[in-house]
Amino acid sequence: MINWMRAFFEAKSENESLARMMAAGFFSALNPTISEITDVKTAVSEAVTNAIIHGYEGKGGSVELYCAYDTQKLYVEVADQGIGIGDIPKAMEPLYTSKPEMERSGMGFTIMETFMDSVRVESQPEKGTRIYMEKQLSRE
Amino acid sequence: MEVSYEKKENILIVKIIGEIDHHSSNILRAQTDAQLDNINGKHLLFCFQQVTFMDSAGIGVILGRYKRVQSLGGRIAIACAGERVLEILRISALTKIIPSFSSKEDALRYLEGGKLK
Ligand SMILES: Nc1ncnc2c1ncn2[C@@H]1O[C@H](COP(=O)(O)OP(=O)(O)O)[C@@H](O)[C@H]1O
Ligand SMILES: [Mg+2]
Repeated sequence: MINWMRAFFEAKSENESLARMMAAGFFSALNPTISEITDVKTAVSEAVTNAIIHGYEGKGGSVELYCAYDTQKLYVEVADQGIGIGDIPKAMEPLYTSKPEMERSGMGFTIMETFMDSVRVESQPEKGTRIYMEKQLSRE
Repeated sequence: MEVSYEKKENILIVKIIGEIDHHSSNILRAQTDAQLDNINGKHLLFCFQQVTFMDSAGIGVILGRYKRVQSLGGRIAIACAGERVLEILRISALTKIIPSFSSKEDALRYLEGGKLK
């Protein structure tokens, strides 16, 4: 990696915008286009929101945001030590949500996959979840 | 995010400025529902011209208000959404059930007349 950052913050919804700003600020060194930076912000927002409302079910905890880049790509990881995901393929299906009563749309993973080049989920029930995302910038 | 409300006949116009995420969507949902209760609006217009960011939380709020307004015989429309917001709406197929207009006037005309242009 040429450069990286790691931040931990409380699983509070106020921190969703903070996480987007940290990622956007960190990757601005790469001179991304506005569209590319919005892609990353949107994906970070989805993953961090999931950690807060699904991983910790709104009860709080520590959310980790890792951002890095090398000459090829940028990398984002979002992790929680929350309830974990039992059935990952099902969780990633468009429109699937375990919280319809919260007016969740079930489109979070689909949006991450649309705006990033790759999305990988590692999760264990009762242990937590880590989302790995990668994106290639157009100038390279 | 800031929200302001304006009523034009039986249409509630919701003007949103700033970012719509899970955090701000809770505020947007609660305030919009309170307005719908209080002022007896029938139709709903979301003015998105000054929305600078939206993630899937926005989809949830819009769909939720759509169901509510529709169950009372009203219509809902979106005006002036930027390219980014439109993309999120398209991915979730919201554009298939909620008409989106490039101007507030066109959206109001649809809500008043019930016609698509
Ligand atoms: N960090 C997480 N911890 C536990 N469950 C998760 C996590 N992220 C996602 N999920 C599960 O995957 C489902 C789908 O997520 P997503 O596509 O973002 O939709 P939504 O957030 O609207 O429910 C969630 O409803 C939840 O059940
Ligand atoms: Mg989600």
